Amino acid sequence: MKFTKDHEWVEVTGDTALVGITAYAANALGDVVFVEIPEVGKSLTKGDSFAVVESVKAASDVYAPVSGEVVAANDDLPNSPDTVNAAPESAGWIAKVKLSNPAELDELMDRDAYEAYLDTL
Amino acid sequence: MRYLPLSEADRASMLDTIGVKSVDDLFVDVPQSARRSGTVDLPTFAGELEVEAQLNAFAAQNLSPAKAPFFVGAGAYRHHIPATVDHIIQRSEFLTSYTPYQPEIAQGTLQVLFEFQTQVARLTGMPVANASLYDGSTAAGEGVLMAQRITKRNKAVLSGGLHPHYRETIETLAHAVGIETEACPMVVDGEAEVLSHIDAGTACVVVQTPNVFGTATDLTKIAEAAQAAGALLIVVVTEVMSLGLLKSPGEMGADIVAVEGQSIGVPLSFGGPYVGLFAAKEKYLRNMPGRLCGETVDADGERGFVLTLSTREQHIRRDKATSNICTNSGLCALAFSIHMSLLGQEGLKRVAKINYAKAHALKDQLVAAGIEVVTPRFFNEFTVKLPKPAAEVVEALAAKGILGGVPVSRLDADPALANHLIIAATETVTDADMSALVAGLKEVL
Amino acid sequence: MADTPKMNTVGRPSAPDFDIEHTSFKTLLGGRGLLQSEKLIFEWDDYHRTGVDFADVAIDTSDLGDLVRGDTLNLPGLTEPEAVRHYVRLSQKNHAIDLALYPLGSCTMKHNPRLNEKMARVSGLGDIHPLQPVSTVQGALALMDSLAHWLKTLTGMPAVALTPKAGANGELCGLLAIKAAHEAKGQGQRRTVLVPSSAHGTNPATAAFVGYTVREIGQTNDGRVDLEDLKAKIAATGDQLAAIMLTNPNTCGLFERDIVTIAELIHAAGGYFYCDGANFNAIVGRVRPGDLGVDAMHINLHKTFSTPHGGGGPGAGPVVLSEALAAFAPRPWVVSSGQGFTLEEHGEDASKANFGRMCAFHGQMGMYIRALTYMLSHGSDGLKQVAEDAVLNANYIKVALGDVMSVPFPDGPCMHEALFDDSWLEGTGVTTLDFAKAMIDEGFHPMTMYFPLVVHGAMLIEPTETESKAELDRFVAVLRALAEAALDGDVSRFKGAPYLAPAKRLDETRAARQPKLTHS
Repeated sequence: MKFTKDHEWVEVTGDTALVGITAYAANALGDVVFVEIPEVGKSLTKGDSFAVVESVKAASDVYAPVSGEVVAANDDLPNSPDTVNAAPESAGWIAKVKLSNPAELDELMDRDAYEAYLDTL
Repeated sequence: MRYLPLSEADRASMLDTIGVKSVDDLFVDVPQSARRSGTVDLPTFAGELEVEAQLNAFAAQNLSPAKAPFFVGAGAYRHHIPATVDHIIQRSEFLTSYTPYQPEIAQGTLQVLFEFQTQVARLTGMPVANASLYDGSTAAGEGVLMAQRITKRNKAVLSGGLHPHYRETIETLAHAVGIETEACPMVVDGEAEVLSHIDAGTACVVVQTPNVFGTATDLTKIAEAAQAAGALLIVVVTEVMSLGLLKSPGEMGADIVAVEGQSIGVPLSFGGPYVGLFAAKEKYLRNMPGRLCGETVDADGERGFVLTLSTREQHIRRDKATSNICTNSGLCALAFSIHMSLLGQEGLKRVAKINYAKAHALKDQLVAAGIEVVTPRFFNEFTVKLPKPAAEVVEALAAKGILGGVPVSRLDADPALANHLIIAATETVTDADMSALVAGLKEVL
Repeated sequence: MADTPKMNTVGRPSAPDFDIEHTSFKTLLGGRGLLQSEKLIFEWDDYHRTGVDFADVAIDTSDLGDLVRGDTLNLPGLTEPEAVRHYVRLSQKNHAIDLALYPLGSCTMKHNPRLNEKMARVSGLGDIHPLQPVSTVQGALALMDSLAHWLKTLTGMPAVALTPKAGANGELCGLLAIKAAHEAKGQGQRRTVLVPSSAHGTNPATAAFVGYTVREIGQTNDGRVDLEDLKAKIAATGDQLAAIMLTNPNTCGLFERDIVTIAELIHAAGGYFYCDGANFNAIVGRVRPGDLGVDAMHINLHKTFSTPHGGGGPGAGPVVLSEALAAFAPRPWVVSSGQGFTLEEHGEDASKANFGRMCAFHGQMGMYIRALTYMLSHGSDGLKQVAEDAVLNANYIKVALGDVMSVPFPDGPCMHEALFDDSWLEGTGVTTLDFAKAMIDEGFHPMTMYFPLVVHGAMLIEPTETESKAELDRFVAVLRALAEAALDGDVSRFKGAPYLAPAKRLDETRAARQPKLTHS
C-alpha cells in the first residue's frame, strides 16, 4: 500500500488499484456521514478531486493519487458511510482505478514514510 | 441614552481596569487619516415620543390598503392574518434568538423549522423542503442554480408567464454563475411554450402557476416532456394560498418548487421581508441550498432537532458551497407555520374557496360592465385588457381612493401589454369594494 | 351532641421538608415542571379542525377541470388556544438576547428595541403593497431615501443599493457591481479575488459563486493581513486581480492598521476593495469606511442597526458603493425630484448601468423601518457612543479573562470582540466545545466557537454595547470559575454539559447519516 500527503492510499493489483482515505484522515474528519463516489468511466489525472467525504462539521475532497480510469466505485458507501470509519483502508475503499501511468506510483510514500510524515504534522 | 446601560462612572472604572486613559486609546489602530473629531453630520439623539412622530409622518403619506378598496397582487397578496401570529412571533424567545447553532437551547426554533419543512412538503406535494430562503424570487433563482448542479447543463428556459421580477432575479443570479437563460415572450396562457426551447444543454424549464396574469395551468405534460429531454421542471408559485384549491406542483411532477410564502402569515410590508418556500424531490436533497433541520435524539435518547447536512453550506465548504446563503427567513417562516397551523387543511381550503369565489364574482361584474377579461382559468387573480394604458387608469383610480391593480407595464416594458391590468381579489375584498372598482373603472375609462 | 372543637386545625405545610433527599427522576410526560414537553402538530389526532373562522362556501370550479386539488393536504389545524400553547411551550426551549447575554462573536447580538417593532407595524408602513401606485406610497419612498442618507453619511460613501436581503446577498451584490465595473472597462479577465485566511466563509463562497477564483492571503503574528504576502499575491495575480474582500475590523476582532495602504495597493493594481461590514458596530459613528478607501461594503441591518435576528433571519444587507461602482447598482432605486419620489424599476436611466435585480420588489422594507427607527433614536452622538461602548465592553472582557484564558493576539486593544484560543485548556481534557456547553448550564449562550479558523479552538466573545457592567461582571465571574474548574480537572462537569438545558447534547451524526427532514 502506498500513500499521499493528502492522506489517500493506493493498493495495486496488476494494472488496477484500489483507492481510499487513510485511517488518519478518517479519524481526523470524525464520524463520516456521507461519501460522494465517482462515476464509473470517469478519467482521472493525478491530483484531480474525484470524491467527497463528509463528516458533520467537515467536508473534504479526495484527490486522485494516480492517473487512470475509474473502473468501479464502492456502491456501499453512500448507504453506509460509517464503513469509512470502521475500515478505512480495506472495506472503506472508494474507487478502483485502471492505471494509465504506473510510474506515478514511485512518487508515493510507503507506510513507513507516511507514518514518519504523520509524525511531522 | 435609553439603549446604553453603561454610566459615565462605569466607563471610567472599566477604562481603569483595562489600563487606558480614554476610549480613544482603544481606537489607536485606526489610521490617522480616518480619525475624526466630533460626530457625523446627522441629527442627534431623540426620545421615543419624537421618533414615533417622525415615523408616523412617513406612514401618513402612504395610502394604507385598509383604507381603500384594494385589488393589488402580482406576487404579493393582502390576506387576513390571525392576531395570534403577530403575538407569537413577538415573543422574546423567537424574536431575539439567533440561528439555532446550539441545539440544546434552541429546540423551540428547531421544532418549528421541522414542522415548517413538513408543512411546506405537504403543501407543495414534494418529499423534502428546506427551512426557507429569502423570498420566492431568490428561491426560484436558487432552483435554477441547483438544476445546473444536478444536470451539469447550462441553460435555463423561463416561461412567458413568469413574473417579470422573478425572471430578472433569475437572470441576475444565473448570469452571475455563467448559466445561460432563454426567456419566452410574455404570454397570458402559454406555459407549454418552454418545451420548444429545450435542447441538449437545457438544465431546467421554469414555469409559474398561477402565472403572473393569473392563469392556472396543469403542468403534468410539461413535466413529462421536460424530463424526457433530460431537463428538470421548476415550478414557481407566487400565491401560496392557491395550493388550498389547485393541484400541487408535486402531483404534477415538479422536480423543484419555489414558492413565495408571504400570503400565509406575513404582512405586505412594501415587498419584504417575505419567505421563500423551497422543496424538491428526495434524490436532489444534497444539492439543495439553505438550511435544513433534521430529527435526531439527544444523549438521553429523547427526540430532538438539529440543523443538518450543513456540509453543503458556506461556513464549511467555503468556495465549494452549494450557495452563499447563511440565513433563512426564520421569523417569517415561523409566522407562516403558525398561520398554517391555525388554518389547517380545512381552513386553507375554505380561504382558498372564498378567494376563488370573490375573484370570479368580480370577473363577472367586470364582464357585465363590458371589460375584456383575458385570463382563461384563474384562482384569485386575473388580467383585463383595457381600452387605454393601464398605468393611467390605475393612477386615475388611485385619485379616487381605489387601489385597482397592477398594470403589466409596471413589471415589463412590452408595449403590446400596456393596456393590461392585473386584478387580485382575496377574502379581504368586500362586495362594496367590488362595486367601487366597477363604478370607478366605468368613470375613468 | 358532642362539643364542636373551637380550634381551627386546617392547615398545610408551607416550607419544604429539608430532610428529604432530592433525587432526579423522569416525569410522566417528559417535561420538567414549567418546561413542558410538546409533541409535533402532526401528532394531534384530529386534522379536521381549524383556528380560523371562515364559512365554507360552495364554488363552481368547472373551468378549472383537472386542476382542482384532489389530495387531502394532510395538514393539521389547531384551535387558537391550542396553537398559542404549542408555540409558547416551544418558545421556552430557546435562549434569547432578552433573557441573557448572547456573546456570539461576529453576530452582534444586541438588544432589539421594541419601538422598532411597533413602528414596523404601523398602518401605512407595515401593510402597504410594493406595487401600489407610487403616488400612494410617497412616505415609504421618503423613508427609504432617508435610510439611504443615514447609511451614506455614516459610511462616507456616495451611493447605496438597498435591496440585498441579507449580508451574504449584499456580498453578492457588491461583487456583481465590481464584476460589472470591470467588464464595462473591458477588463472582464479580472476574476481573482484575494481573501484573508481569517475570512468569514461567505466571502470565498460568494466569490466562487460569481465565477471568481479565490486566492488566500496570509496573516501576521498579530492577527492582521500580511502586507508582504499581499504585495506578492497582487504581483502574482497581475491583471487578473478583481478585488480584495476584507472584513474590518477583522474576524479576530482587530482593526486592520494598514487598511489605507491595503486599499491603495489594490487600487493601484486595478482592483476594487470589498469590505465585509459584519463588524461595522465597532466603528459606526466614529470611523467612515469611505475614508479607508472602501469601494463596496454591505451593512447587516440585523447586526449594527438592531433589527431582530428572529431565530435566523430575515436580515437585510444594503451595500454602500463608491463613486466608481455607484452606476452599477442593481434596480430598483428611489429617485428624488422636486415633486416627490419615484421608483426606477426598469433601469431606463441611460447614465446608469445596473447589473440586474437582486430580488422581486424593493428589498426588506420591514427592516428599513426598524433600522431607521434605531438610527433616529440614537442619533449621530448615540451611534458613536454605541461603537465606543461596544469596544469598551469587549476590551473589559479581554482584560478580565486574559489571565486565565489564553489570548492569541495580546498586544494592543481589540475592537468590539475579544478572541481567545484553547491553548490554556491543553492537557485538561476539556475542549472549546465542552467549555461552551458548560456555559449553557450557567444560563449564558456560548460564544462563537472554532471561528475564525486561523486560531486553534477559537472562542470569540462579542458582548455588544447593550450589556451593563454588572452583567459583564456576572459573566466574567462565571467564566473565571468555569475556567478554574477546567484547570482543576473537573472534567465531567464539561463533558456531559449541558445538564440543565431543555435538551442534552444531540446526535448530529445520526441526523446526517439518516436524514429525517419531515414528519412521516
